[in-house]
Amino acid sequence: MLMDEHTLAHGAYWTVKEFFTYPNEYIYWGIHIVIYPYLTGLVAGAFVLSSLYHVFGKDELKPVAKFSLVFSLALLIMAPTPLLLHLTQPQRSINIMMTPHFYSAISAFTFIYLTYMSIVLSEIWFVFRPYIIKQAQERNGLMGLLYKVLTLGSYDVSEKALHIDEKIVKILATAGIPAACVLHGYVGFIFGSVKTVPLWKTPLMPFIFLMSAVISGVAVCIVTYIAGMAFKKHFICFVPIKSMCKVLSYFLAIAFLLEGIDIVFHAYTAEEFWGIMSELLFKRFAFKMIVVQWICGMILPFFLLVLPRLSMLRAFVAASLVLMGVFTMRWDVVIGGQSMSKSFAGFLEFHIPFLSKNFDILKEGIIPAVGLLMAPFVLLFIFNKVLPVFKDIFTEQECAEAEDRLSQRLF
Amino acid sequence: MVTRRDFIKAGLLTVAGMAIPISALEMFKPEAMASLVRSFSEKKRWAFVVDTTKCVGCGMCAKACKLENEIPFEAEVQRTWVERYIQLKDGDVIIDSPKGAREGFTSNDPYGHEVKDEEITKQFYVPKLCNQCEKPSCVQVCPAGATYKTEDGVSLVDRSWCIGCGYCITNCPYFARFFNPVTNTADKCTFCYHRITKGKQTACIDACAFGVRKIGYINDPNSEVFKIISSKRVAVLKPEYGNEPHVFYLGLDQIVR
Ligand code: SF4
Ligand code: SF4
Repeated sequence: MLMDEHTLAHGAYWTVKEFFTYPNEYIYWGIHIVIYPYLTGLVAGAFVLSSLYHVFGKDELKPVAKFSLVFSLALLIMAPTPLLLHLTQPQRSINIMMTPHFYSAISAFTFIYLTYMSIVLSEIWFVFRPYIIKQAQERNGLMGLLYKVLTLGSYDVSEKALHIDEKIVKILATAGIPAACVLHGYVGFIFGSVKTVPLWKTPLMPFIFLMSAVISGVAVCIVTYIAGMAFKKHFICFVPIKSMCKVLSYFLAIAFLLEGIDIVFHAYTAEEFWGIMSELLFKRFAFKMIVVQWICGMILPFFLLVLPRLSMLRAFVAASLVLMGVFTMRWDVVIGGQSMSKSFAGFLEFHIPFLSKNFDILKEGIIPAVGLLMAPFVLLFIFNKVLPVFKDIFTEQECAEAEDRLSQRLF
Repeated sequence: MVTRRDFIKAGLLTVAGMAIPISALEMFKPEAMASLVRSFSEKKRWAFVVDTTKCVGCGMCAKACKLENEIPFEAEVQRTWVERYIQLKDGDVIIDSPKGAREGFTSNDPYGHEVKDEEITKQFYVPKLCNQCEKPSCVQVCPAGATYKTEDGVSLVDRSWCIGCGYCITNCPYFARFFNPVTNTADKCTFCYHRITKGKQTACIDACAFGVRKIGYINDPNSEVFKIISSKRVAVLKPEYGNEPHVFYLGLDQIVR
């Protein structure tokens, strides 16, 4: 036990105060509350992408449909971990379920999460059913056993059964869209409902979060798909990527508009807190917000995507920029919001911990954060061994055909 | 020709029509005032009065609170604290609360810069504590129901049930809450619930030599807080948040945050 363990207030280690802040005021919501909405956002975005194929019949997205679906599961599994790490009493997290207090936005988490999880899991099962059955019949040993378990005892691959599967997938994918929106819009609500933080307190919050979720989810799929295919040395058909880029650019525009409206509104109504908020926006967080979040994370990638003769490299760069931009946005919202003292007369600065002997400090630091951000990719790698997601690819000829079809469509 | 029947009908309608706006008024009546007119037997409700005009910033209250409630003395968190406000002639306002004033204000150099007497137009101290809100936004957001409001109006935290999410801390407009470094759960002023329910005063009231702080039932006509709140001009902190705080201040200034 460290000597200072009991005299160091939670938050005091990583908060630096300036001017007048209340004595109990610290950055209480740290890096994990930045990562949590980032991850759930990626989940929602990746899922919406797979639904575009299943529900809206965007054939050109076929090669990425399975991939984005499985990837969203990998992300979804990791989504609650930052929340757990954030709690000072994680072993009691079950209390939320034992005595849920429904006036609290967080209490609905388990319910929404489990609903969504079951939709994603069942959709994956139906999508991969034929593959699983084939493997179960062909393979032996441990993997064979695994696939046999995964079949859940159903070996019917008749045309009729497959047709029913398709229908079910369509229903699940459709139900998944509102569920994904709720999952993430609700995260926005958690922030939007905190009435003491002016930067969060806007009814637009759920929608702002939702739009940034979609752009980050699509962007992460573009980046991972290109990287994964290149790694596997497959032929990469540009058609699905182009289509994803189109989706990305539409949602980028909406997201930018929403965030812009929010700021303009604050500036125009200029309530009591606008003084401190404008100092945050144009001084303290100016680089992070204006340069990284808006210019590099939204405006630049938008033009990279919509300018003619889009190339694979440009798509990759644009999507990476979007990912960075959305992460910065989460940071700016969570940390920036708490940086303004509730006294409106002071600032708090967040210094993310790196190494510490004190576990409570270490767990709020960079190392777990990096681990958490890597974990979904590791999970995807493992899942890919069981349910290959990079297999459904277009041959060069199919690719050309898809290109043809796409060029005849307006959207 | 107006028959008697029509007359009664119209009369009843008028009465019914008027009843709606009157009941609407009843709805918007501030809870604090409503409890003043309600009889004592109906509902006991704790309230606090702080007379800022008498406070000298000695910080004995903050010190006593820490000792009474076993919050590590050196930890930079306070259940109650005192803020100093200095209005300068050039229009600037300096606010500080070094160590939550648990060691008192001993020098005239906020943040290490000396302020000369002739630069100051006014200076005063404002003690703060949990406002035991009628509509506590901290209780509203607790996902586990670990923090709750008692029948007599005091919000408490169940330390054995709190998961430590910090939602309540973030959602208190007054930053009355913090994480207790020993229990690692949310913590805050309880109005010394363990003392007041046994007929004692709070630790901070006992420690204050200047009679700044007072506690009592807001709806007991014999209590001092009732007398002050019902007859003097009092104000609450940040009423715009709608929490309906129940710590009433005498001599509050517009520069107070
Ligand atoms: S002052 Fe803050 S902690 Fe106290 S009851 Fe009100 S909202 Fe809750
Ligand atoms: S920190 Fe504890 S008391 Fe506060 S909202 Fe979370 S669980 Fe409830």
